[in-house]
Amino acid sequence: MNVLIYLVPIALALGIGALFAFLWSLKSGQYDDVEGTAWRILSDEDLPE
Amino acid sequence: MSAALQTDFSVYVRPAEGDAVRMDLAIEGVDCAACLDDIEGSMRACAGLVSARLNLTTHRLALVWKPQETDAGVLVTALARAGYRAYPFEQSRVEAEEQKRAQWLLKCLAVAGFAAMNIMLLSVSVWSGNSADITPETRDFFHWLSALIALPACAYAGQPFFRSALAGVRARKLNMDFPISLGILLALTMSVVETALHGREAYFDSAVMLLTFLLAGRFLDQSMRRRTRAAAGNLAALKGEVAHRIGQDGALVALPVSALGVGDRILVRPGDRIPADGHILSGASEVDTSIVTGETMRVRVGPGTRVYAGTMNFDGALTLEVTAAGEGTLLDEVARLVEKAGEARSRYMRLADRAARIYAPVVHVTAAATLLFWLVAGAGAHDAIIIAISVLIITCPCALALAVPAVQVVASGHLFRAGIYLNAADALERLAEIDTIVFDKTGTLTLPDPNVSNAAALAPDLLALAARLALSSRHPLAMAVARLAPDAAPFEGAEEVAGAGVSVMLDGVEMRLGSAAFCASDAAAPLSSPDVSLIHLRHGARVAHIEIRQSLRPDARATIDSLRARGFDLRILSGDRLEAVVPVATQLGIEQAAGGIDPAGKIAAIEALRAQGRKVLMVGDGINDAPALAAAHASLSPITAADLAQAQADAVFLGERLAPVAQALDIAMQARALMRQNLGIAVIYNLFAVPLAIAGHVTPLIAAAAMSGSSIIVTLNALRMRGVVRSDARAARPSVPLALATRERRT
Repeated sequence: MNVLIYLVPIALALGIGALFAFLWSLKSGQYDDVEGTAWRILSDEDLPE
Repeated sequence: MSAALQTDFSVYVRPAEGDAVRMDLAIEGVDCAACLDDIEGSMRACAGLVSARLNLTTHRLALVWKPQETDAGVLVTALARAGYRAYPFEQSRVEAEEQKRAQWLLKCLAVAGFAAMNIMLLSVSVWSGNSADITPETRDFFHWLSALIALPACAYAGQPFFRSALAGVRARKLNMDFPISLGILLALTMSVVETALHGREAYFDSAVMLLTFLLAGRFLDQSMRRRTRAAAGNLAALKGEVAHRIGQDGALVALPVSALGVGDRILVRPGDRIPADGHILSGASEVDTSIVTGETMRVRVGPGTRVYAGTMNFDGALTLEVTAAGEGTLLDEVARLVEKAGEARSRYMRLADRAARIYAPVVHVTAAATLLFWLVAGAGAHDAIIIAISVLIITCPCALALAVPAVQVVASGHLFRAGIYLNAADALERLAEIDTIVFDKTGTLTLPDPNVSNAAALAPDLLALAARLALSSRHPLAMAVARLAPDAAPFEGAEEVAGAGVSVMLDGVEMRLGSAAFCASDAAAPLSSPDVSLIHLRHGARVAHIEIRQSLRPDARATIDSLRARGFDLRILSGDRLEAVVPVATQLGIEQAAGGIDPAGKIAAIEALRAQGRKVLMVGDGINDAPALAAAHASLSPITAADLAQAQADAVFLGERLAPVAQALDIAMQARALMRQNLGIAVIYNLFAVPLAIAGHVTPLIAAAAMSGSSIIVTLNALRMRGVVRSDARAARPSVPLALATRERRT
């Protein structure tokens, strides 16, 4: 069971990483307009002319 | 004069990063994704703009620009050229707080979700290991690891519940959060102790999963309420009422009504709503005060007269000085009555809290009895305590706490789509108990704006011409005629003679619309009813009398009939004179109608009904209705209602129809039935789970399965709710009330 010694920290680190990624996305306002974001991806406005 | 008029947006402009400034606008008519490119594209073409971002969820546009290169007026004009009306918008304090709370709940949910997933990973290993060959060392390691995740996660994500439970205890009112907090804390404590004693079982997963489920329910409930509030906030901004302030130098500046201060002098043109309370400095006119008193007869006003916000100025231009509500004014009286009337309703106890009040003692007594039973039966103190605590964990009211919010989310979604915006969280439960409905007349049973009532009796071609001609006038009666031809273009060369009417030359024949004298018409034309106003029309030799009156909402009769058929006791309480109330009551078949009632009288009538044990729904729109709206068991207002009335109403409905009143009651009753079913399901769950726990057979695996199972069943049951019939959805949801839209189009 020695494999747990490094597998468990890796699993936890991944989980915490995902949690912080979510908190960052929340803070940067990515959840303010969930409807608009869905449509924005279809917009060509940001393409270089 | 309006073309040269400058609008002053300065109150809404706030500093942003660097030297840029920012303003938020509510946009009218955003209904698809194409608007997004349209609006942002047209803004990006403006020089000096730093960023423009449209929020499709809230229909608001955030603009950031450099003040030295452009200004708000230019940007709003550019938007108008692109075909969108924009109104400066300020987020209300309540809305800002709700948004903060939503973010907080989402953070708690994220933390709880993260913890639940990781702990479940460890727990499943332990459960499967327990029935196989897991070594005690590995199990202890996994339990300590779970504790390491669960304790900080619960300390953070449990805050919404702990705080509310603490507040409840301080107020000596037991709420649902108390048993929840107790269950979570006991589960954690017991698990830590068991882990330290190298026990086989720990309940970290149950505690965290419970938190995750409850937070998800709470977040959804809250975001539905937030969406409703944002939509209502936009509607308030879209009314877009602009006041014309007279500056020191005599120049007129248009500015948003909320920017007016006490002592400002303002000009009110004929056909405008008076934007603020004040007294008249100069000018004379007739004012329609129906939004204040319900009285449909117009009142003559002159210098010195006090006038109220929301009333409609008819004939002449008025100069006002803005005043605050003072002692002895009608508004002051209404505010005092509102304060007193609201007390009774604040004592209302919600279904969930009533359930908690019965539930918590029963559960705690059962746990104590279990402990005693096992001690007497000869089990060791350690085992007896573990079994007693497992009773508390398994009964921790996950399903019970979700039973009501789950239904609430679904129901307020249905209401939202039907054009009904809930103001109060407990309104659904109160609406479901109604047995008597009291209507105000003016603006509630009738449409807020007058309409042509004899259209069928007039020549259609003449009426069409009259409607086009009326487009050139701002007089409220002419606007009623103009509403017959909303898409027509005004005649070129039409001229308005103030206080008389409008005229135009059509193919060499003059056409006039206005007073009897102006049209050389028969001044003594017979009126079909005392509340009718006449507008005259002359086209060459042809003469017509157009009758204008407050007409009933188009579906008033049908809605009233269906409400009566469902057994509601219907009444009318109006501030208008009795002669005007009786025809409406007769037309709708309502027997109990009273007129000429002041705000205190309305409250007294509602108190009398309450004393008979009735649950009263008040539907009203006027300032004079506000105290009655606050006093009634539940209340509804149309969106055109005075602000003071809307603030007291439990829900606000959109559109010209009265049907939302019936729909709101329908949805509320369905919701209550589902809430009760859900509470029943929670009780049945406990009937099965508690004996198992008392017998000492509950393992963490059973606890986890039972809790998630019952939560999911309760949520699925809430989703069974049927919405309202969708065929009328379009009619019920114009982005701006019809009457307002017509007015905006022509200004």
